[in-house]
Amino acid sequence: MSTLPWLHPERVALLERALRQRILILDGAMGTMLQAHGLDELGFRGDRFEHGHDGHAGHHGHDHPGACDLKGNNDLLTLTRPEIIRGVHDAYLAAGADLVETNTFNSTRISQADYQMQHLAAELNLEGARIARAACDAMTAKTPDRPRFVIGVLGPTSRTASLSPDVNDPGFRNVTFEELAENYTESANGLIDGGADVIMVETIFDTLNAKAALFALSELFHQRRARMPVMISGTITDRSGRTLSGQTAEAFYYSVCHARPMSVGFNCALGADDLRPHIQTLAGIAECHVSTHPNAGLPNAFGEYDETPEHMAGIIGGFARDGLLNMVGGCCGTTPAHITAIAEAVRDFAPRALPSLAAEAA
Amino acid sequence: MITRHTRLSGLEPLIITPDLLFINVGERTNVTGSAQFKKLIKEDRYDEAVEVARQQVANGAQIIDINMDEGLIDSEAAMTRFINLIASEPDIARVPFMIDSSKWTVIEAGLRCLQGKGIVNSISMKEGEEAFLEHARKVQQYGAAAVVMAFDEQGQADTCARKVEICSRAHELLTRELDFAPEDIIFDPNIFAIATGIEEHNNYAVDFIEATRELKKRFPDCHISGGVSNVSFSFRGNNTVREAIHSVFLYHAIKAGMDMGIVNAGALTIMDDIDPPLCERVEDVVLNRRDDATERLLEIADNYKGKRGEAVVETLAWREKPVRERISHALVHGIDQYVVEDTEEARQMSTRPLDVIEGPLMDGMNVVGDLFGAGKMFLPQVVKSARVMKKAVAYLLPYIEEEKLRTGDTAKNNGKIVMATVKGDVHDIGKNIVGVVLRCNNFEVIDLGVMVPTQKILETAIAEKADIIGLSGLITPSLEEMSQVAREMQRQDFQIPLMIGGATTSRAHTALKIEPHYKAGTVWVKDASRAVGVAQSLVSKELVADFLAKVRSDYADVRERHRNRGPGKQLVSLEKARAQRFRGDWANYEPPQPASPGITVFDDYDLATLRRYIDWTPFFQAWELAGHYPAILTDAVVGTQASELFQDAQAMLDRIIAEKWLTARAVIGLWPAANVGDDVEVYAPPSPAPSGHPPPGEEGTLLATLHSLRQQADKPVERPNLCLADFIAPRKSGKRDWIGGFAVTAGIGIEPHLARFEADHDDYASITLKALADRLAEAFAEHLHERVRREFWGFEQEQSLDNEALIAEKYRGIRPAPGYPACPDHTEKTTLFELLDVTANTGIELTEGFAMYPTAAVSGWYYAHPDSQYFVVGRLTREQIEDYAKRKGWTLAEAERWLASNLDYDPD
Repeated sequence: MSTLPWLHPERVALLERALRQRILILDGAMGTMLQAHGLDELGFRGDRFEHGHDGHAGHHGHDHPGACDLKGNNDLLTLTRPEIIRGVHDAYLAAGADLVETNTFNSTRISQADYQMQHLAAELNLEGARIARAACDAMTAKTPDRPRFVIGVLGPTSRTASLSPDVNDPGFRNVTFEELAENYTESANGLIDGGADVIMVETIFDTLNAKAALFALSELFHQRRARMPVMISGTITDRSGRTLSGQTAEAFYYSVCHARPMSVGFNCALGADDLRPHIQTLAGIAECHVSTHPNAGLPNAFGEYDETPEHMAGIIGGFARDGLLNMVGGCCGTTPAHITAIAEAVRDFAPRALPSLAAEAA
Repeated sequence: MITRHTRLSGLEPLIITPDLLFINVGERTNVTGSAQFKKLIKEDRYDEAVEVARQQVANGAQIIDINMDEGLIDSEAAMTRFINLIASEPDIARVPFMIDSSKWTVIEAGLRCLQGKGIVNSISMKEGEEAFLEHARKVQQYGAAAVVMAFDEQGQADTCARKVEICSRAHELLTRELDFAPEDIIFDPNIFAIATGIEEHNNYAVDFIEATRELKKRFPDCHISGGVSNVSFSFRGNNTVREAIHSVFLYHAIKAGMDMGIVNAGALTIMDDIDPPLCERVEDVVLNRRDDATERLLEIADNYKGKRGEAVVETLAWREKPVRERISHALVHGIDQYVVEDTEEARQMSTRPLDVIEGPLMDGMNVVGDLFGAGKMFLPQVVKSARVMKKAVAYLLPYIEEEKLRTGDTAKNNGKIVMATVKGDVHDIGKNIVGVVLRCNNFEVIDLGVMVPTQKILETAIAEKADIIGLSGLITPSLEEMSQVAREMQRQDFQIPLMIGGATTSRAHTALKIEPHYKAGTVWVKDASRAVGVAQSLVSKELVADFLAKVRSDYADVRERHRNRGPGKQLVSLEKARAQRFRGDWANYEPPQPASPGITVFDDYDLATLRRYIDWTPFFQAWELAGHYPAILTDAVVGTQASELFQDAQAMLDRIIAEKWLTARAVIGLWPAANVGDDVEVYAPPSPAPSGHPPPGEEGTLLATLHSLRQQADKPVERPNLCLADFIAPRKSGKRDWIGGFAVTAGIGIEPHLARFEADHDDYASITLKALADRLAEAFAEHLHERVRREFWGFEQEQSLDNEALIAEKYRGIRPAPGYPACPDHTEKTTLFELLDVTANTGIELTEGFAMYPTAAVSGWYYAHPDSQYFVVGRLTREQIEDYAKRKGWTLAEAERWLASNLDYDPD
């Protein structure tokens, strides 16, 4: 809990100083960038998984190529094509990002099980954090006055703890709080050991999943006798203004603020325009910093995001002007060009001031 | 320093600010406090348990307390299951939950299901500081607030000093060791029973109140809570006195700083409403003001025993108040006795007669609307209030007309709604209730009645410049009719929203079959209590765009989910379903031969006999009161209202019978029958004096063929794919089987009485009468079925089934009705009506939509096979629809129209 010392006090001090000085820039979409490489099945598998789901598992003779496609398992590229992932981080850092997110959105046991890759969860997080760490350190070395930070990402997993997948049995659940907490503990340990500066629980559809992640983090900090800054970012799934699990933005914040996060925000599902009222809600009530990384608009008929960097930056510039933001970046459909434009648009505005109660608690 | 507020959440936030004064925590979802809830959980009746939670929230509980501590229950599993269930109900899950258990493992099981920020009830130092802090740390990690009980290693604190001492020590530990947020600490300084006869207990309430005062002073950010019903424990069985004690206790405890309490949200009386002599003696006990306080309360307590509120004799004190308050009182309490004289007095004091409506009357109705909206009033009360309102308005109308002629001034209202039961349907109880509730909320409702053709609805809407059109219907063909109305509105380029309601309507049907056809907005309204909110959103310039956008996106989601249903429930081919038919053991089955074959007519049946067969539960449902009769009469939430309604119904029933308001008529028939495929052939019965037993199939000509539909769900081998025809012996079995038919009504002669009530502006009486006529018709069907089994068909021995057993269908045979799940084709009623010559024999008519008029009517078939049972035909493939169309002599399109609700495919 907050009474514990920081694991990396000097890095937290740098980050907090930067947060006081300006609106910090997060990176943009990973998936969009990876798609541009047009990798095929073998491209995803690389040498290591060419002959099976794992060189190791292959020896037991259970797995054969093709038993389960690995194409689309973006997180696996951390192991099979680390240079591509590094390239994405570099591109965002060059575009002006202060913080980059590890390529670990689906690196939990539960999500990797969809590809029969659950045994890689710890490794994916460790390596994912290391690549981002190396990219940030290289950039910081070039401009030492402007340190860059690694956000270790914990994604939502492919299951929901407070929604039933069976419409005929509303009491049924296909995942428990304990399972989720175990998953997140394993992933978070990898992220921390790989060199993350901050842990972000993001794209929260179901607040109970996030609470399991926050519970796992607090246990883990308790065991390590040291804590890390935590970012929390929920997802308002549509224009109803609620999360998938039914909470309003305000209820969502009260459900997670016990973790005493460094920041809270919303990302994904909506473009900046539609997210604005919810960011405004958070800005009005949160003791901590407020972040957002919206999509590049809503998907068009082909499922593509086509909001231009200029348009998106224009809207986000308005957020900054009105004092709503401490951290901003992009989610689905955003590119380095979007990040550059956003960084440009918010540069001249002061970050949102923290309410005094929070200052006293921090 | 910024004041800290406790911030809790369910799906929506709850911030405890001082202006909330007192937070009601609903107590009924607690197995230790509610015998009823315990029974539901023990018997695994979770659906009903969920309803208890829903009622708590509807009654104004801002948080609900959940407790599963009972030796015979697996408390952890029950906690998990119950919370997962209510988490899926948005109207319950909107409030925060309080996880209540004396076992930490149960609390933890509950916390693992909470997405919002709830409250743990409770933690304490009874096992020492270490366990206390460990639990508190977990509470922080799970993100909850905590009730901290005044309990330490020595035991529960009873004196003020001990309470304050223990709570202060707990506060110190929590904030110092864990940095526990003080606003997340809720002290429970223990409420114990008073007036027990033991002298040491006399000061318990005072100890609590004084401890509260001191704790609130020391720790202003913390809260004080307690289980209020404990205090009156010694008056179990005397609810009037108990509630009086609760009110007085809360009045003083809240003044001292108590700001949360576990209470029965539906049963809090206001201190002013307590009979003054009772109030004084209760106050003596609560505040321990005199040594003989307990004795003095006991002296008078019995006077208040019995039915709640009975001792509080209707006083006329309110008649002394100013006219404005009298009108408000009359509206809120539904008293129409003095309304004309009060209205006249108000009129004389106003410049314009309209001011009386827009002033005192609307003010009063707004109070009613607010109370209803907050779940503090129930539908029957609202309808009574509306009766008062209508009478006042009727009195003022001539003055208003006069005024209008002079000045051209007209009244303002919220908006104008044209409502109708659609063509082919005659059911209107629900629509009338919605009309009343909307009128209460100052909407002008133009009710076009029943069986209204599309064009008439649309023309009226144009002529009246309506803001909304509302459609209602009960029978399934009405669903298709509503869809047609929507298409027609689109074609004529209407721009006003459409509201859809009625028992067979649903969100899914509206989203799939109605809303896509009409662009200006279609909203399904679940029940009368939602109608006002929907209508207000639709007429509000500020709200309408957002509201409709949300509805549209909801319905788009429903359609999306429907499309993505996937092949989850694959149907089997008709051939396979027929192969898995129900097989009566025909070789060893002797079909009973009826004692009275052919047709029997019953004219003017004795209503007093039917009264004994009434199933009352649906009567309460018609009034949107949830619960089973007779338990509903003593239900914690709706019991008072249900009892009052029941008394009114009994009184009216007395008059219906004594003054013969209604006439009951019926016809039954029993015919030889044989099963052929999925059909049943019905033959002319033998002449009244049969000579011997002719072989099957020869004694009569074919009178009619009944067509049935067969289940096509993929079922395990031991569960056949049922079809009603299977319950009749096949022709080739060589056995002569029989089928019966019936049509009953108890609604003959209802119209003049409805007209009388209408003239008297008395919707309450008119709705009650209609609902009673419906009940009598159902009772008639039940009673006649019993006589058929015993006398006319005669296969059942005289056995004494009480009414409960009858309602539970504990007898041989069934009486399915065309249009209901086992035989969803309404048009089969034509065959039934022809066979029985129903209209000539009883006066019941069939509308073009195959609804029966009078509406208080029931018709159906009798099957006698011991294994015959009710079932749901469910979804059907195009193959069976084509087959059925061929058998009925229909085109495929006709079959698809009449069976629209059963299609498993989208017709071309």
